[in-house]
Amino acid sequence: MATDIRIDYYPTHEQQGIKFRRGHVLPFGATMVPNGINFSIYSSEAIDCTLVLFERGEAQPFAEIRFPEEFRTGNVYSMIVFDLDYERLEYGYRMDGPFKPEEGHRFDKSIILSDPYAKAIGGRDTWLAEPNWDNIYPYRSRLVFEDFDWENDHPLETPIEDLVIYEMHVRGFTQHPSSEVKNPGTFAAIRSKIAYLKELGINCVELMPIYEFDEWENSRENPVTGGLIVNFWGYSTVNFFSPKAGYAATGKFGMQVDELKTLVKELHRNGIEVMLDVVFNHTAEGDHRGHTISFRGIDNKTYYMLTPEGYYFNFSGTGNTLNCNNPVVRNMVLDCLRYWAADYHIDGFRFDLAAILGRDQNGAPLSNPPLLESLAYDPILAKCKLVAEAWDAGGLYQVGSFPAYGRWAEWNGKYRDSVRKFLKGDEGLIGEIAQCIQGWPDLYYYRGPTASINFIACHDGFTLYDLFAYNEKHNEANGEHNNDGGNDNHSWNCGVEGETDDAHVNQLRHKQIKNALSILMVSQGVPMILSGDEMGVTKFGNNNTYCHDNELNWVDWNLLDKNADIYHFARHITRFRRAHPVLRSRTHFQHRDYAGSGYPDISFHGTQAWHADFSASSRCLAVMLDGAHAKSGTIQDDTIYIAMNSYWDALYYELPQLPNGRSWHLAVNTDMPSGEDIYPVGLEPKLEEQGRFLVGGRSTVILVGK
Amino acid sequence: MKVTLTDQEDITVVEVVGDIDSKTAPEFERSARQATDQNEKIAIDLTAVEFMSSAGLRVLLMVYRNIKAQNGKVVLAGVSEDIQDVMSTTGFINFFTIVGTTGEALSILKQS
Repeated sequence: MATDIRIDYYPTHEQQGIKFRRGHVLPFGATMVPNGINFSIYSSEAIDCTLVLFERGEAQPFAEIRFPEEFRTGNVYSMIVFDLDYERLEYGYRMDGPFKPEEGHRFDKSIILSDPYAKAIGGRDTWLAEPNWDNIYPYRSRLVFEDFDWENDHPLETPIEDLVIYEMHVRGFTQHPSSEVKNPGTFAAIRSKIAYLKELGINCVELMPIYEFDEWENSRENPVTGGLIVNFWGYSTVNFFSPKAGYAATGKFGMQVDELKTLVKELHRNGIEVMLDVVFNHTAEGDHRGHTISFRGIDNKTYYMLTPEGYYFNFSGTGNTLNCNNPVVRNMVLDCLRYWAADYHIDGFRFDLAAILGRDQNGAPLSNPPLLESLAYDPILAKCKLVAEAWDAGGLYQVGSFPAYGRWAEWNGKYRDSVRKFLKGDEGLIGEIAQCIQGWPDLYYYRGPTASINFIACHDGFTLYDLFAYNEKHNEANGEHNNDGGNDNHSWNCGVEGETDDAHVNQLRHKQIKNALSILMVSQGVPMILSGDEMGVTKFGNNNTYCHDNELNWVDWNLLDKNADIYHFARHITRFRRAHPVLRSRTHFQHRDYAGSGYPDISFHGTQAWHADFSASSRCLAVMLDGAHAKSGTIQDDTIYIAMNSYWDALYYELPQLPNGRSWHLAVNTDMPSGEDIYPVGLEPKLEEQGRFLVGGRSTVILVGK
Repeated sequence: MKVTLTDQEDITVVEVVGDIDSKTAPEFERSARQATDQNEKIAIDLTAVEFMSSAGLRVLLMVYRNIKAQNGKVVLAGVSEDIQDVMSTTGFINFFTIVGTTGEALSILKQS
């Protein structure tokens, strides 16, 4: 066979019974090649590098091979090792060099380091299985098969304005016993809930971090509850290329890669995209007191932003800051995202604390950040959605000003705050609500409404239910005397703090949730809901549940019965959005009639038709979207009228007149009991009185003109 | 691990005894290739296999691809519940017809 005559398929060196030869510098990481494995790793300052090989799970390595000097090209060490059992192998490196933290160097050859380019990590194979704390190499680099049979799967490339995003924690989604799935808390379990996701009407799941992290990080006994505080959310990456093994039912067999890919393939088959929440702003290595896992022992000065004294800048609020605009680190991030897009068919990425990605090596914001530009113009990522959480813990707030290169969308934090304040009954918000409904042209004039990822609740902060059940955060269970978590919740408990039997209060809460879902689903831009909000999940007022592996984070599926009306409403309002292209424009409204229908594309109203009250004391706004202008006038849709009333009493809203032959039909009235609060698309009853509508106090009404 | 090939008319039965992991998978692969070279109808009897690693599952998938290219058929018999569980979670199961015994596998293959 032709392959056998290549001379690089044969060893040239032998040591401790291990045969090896000079390797290929690219690709970085460990790659299967004929007869062996190619290892390649770089360090700008190391003076020596040793490959360390373990049999899976063994306490001591079976071999350590120092890279001969001739195996180094520039700063890259590469070697092919022959006859290794790739399925049983775990590998790491020792890097020798100076330990001078004040100069930025933290080399320590007594530590075995994990490969930043490893494709799987062993050591936390089963969620919260007690690790061996004396392990000399706790996070072990492993190889994976990269031959998954995708058949005809392909990222869906759904236009972003057509998405309804569902933010989900892999474990939290199905870990509760009420989920009644076979392998609770895993990728496999999500697969068994696909029918549910389709029924709900979402078409994109955004998975909270699934890169390998250590749930044991900073774990301790909870001083309040006596339980264990863990890293549940996972915003602390151990390795950027590896899926979290503990999220896979087959993690104990090392098959997490296949399990996750199977999930992606099945979601795609059902028309659901997969977006990953990625954390490139810091790593799990912490500050100068943290553990050396990988990066800091390989190339501390390259991977991290350091102060002149050699301490870690802390723009992430978690100890260190990845040096993203260093050319070497930038390439790693790019390699990583390309890998997930190409090998896992991921449809999009949401970047945690993305403002950090626009800072230079000293932390100063860049006007033209090379990393963000590279990602925006990358050919492999060209069809991926790129979404920024456009702020960081160092005070850089870039909502509306994040460097977008025509590609980036943003979590719109202003949308969240404005809608919350409006629903709570604050004054002076009509102008902002008008912006919310339009995809916020004041922020995104040049970028279009699709730059705005709209949400009212997400994993951070109150759930949608808690937003209307608590005035104050209740974070005692986090063990920090209620000092953690944000205080600017803009929430209102509807009269009683926390759970209550008061039917009136509970009814109002349900109505407020429906108001929130209604506004979210009729706003231009891209709506996102938090998993469980469709059934009214509660975290009992805790607005920062990052550390709880219990009911505070597990979706309680019993709520589907208890709050059946919320779920019923949620799954119909998602359908309403998806049925009406006029709600999903790619371009901003022009406030004029360019389609010749006799109506402008958007018009504002109030208790009087054609007269919106934008004054400071107003709590009323109605909006009419002309169906002839749907998708910039290319599609004919129904005309949609949305009346929002945050005043506490019912008010008559005068309805704008429709063209001859058309009449108003009732799609949504959140003031009505379940069954009459929302009508399925196509079954909306015609209004008896076409001239005006009595909009209940703190209610939303949506009419369809057809 | 031990692999035995037996021909029954135009069907080759591949009987595996023992665990299939990355150490034994190459031998399983060699025998499986031999089987697919001989016949387009293959029954793989895994009754005596307690553990199958990722490498083993990949050999099965290779057999499936190989047989499918020849418009043939492969049926697995006696797959333990544990292995079926892993196959299901990782998507491998979608490619295969799985039955309880080699006898059932043969009757399916004879009809095809």
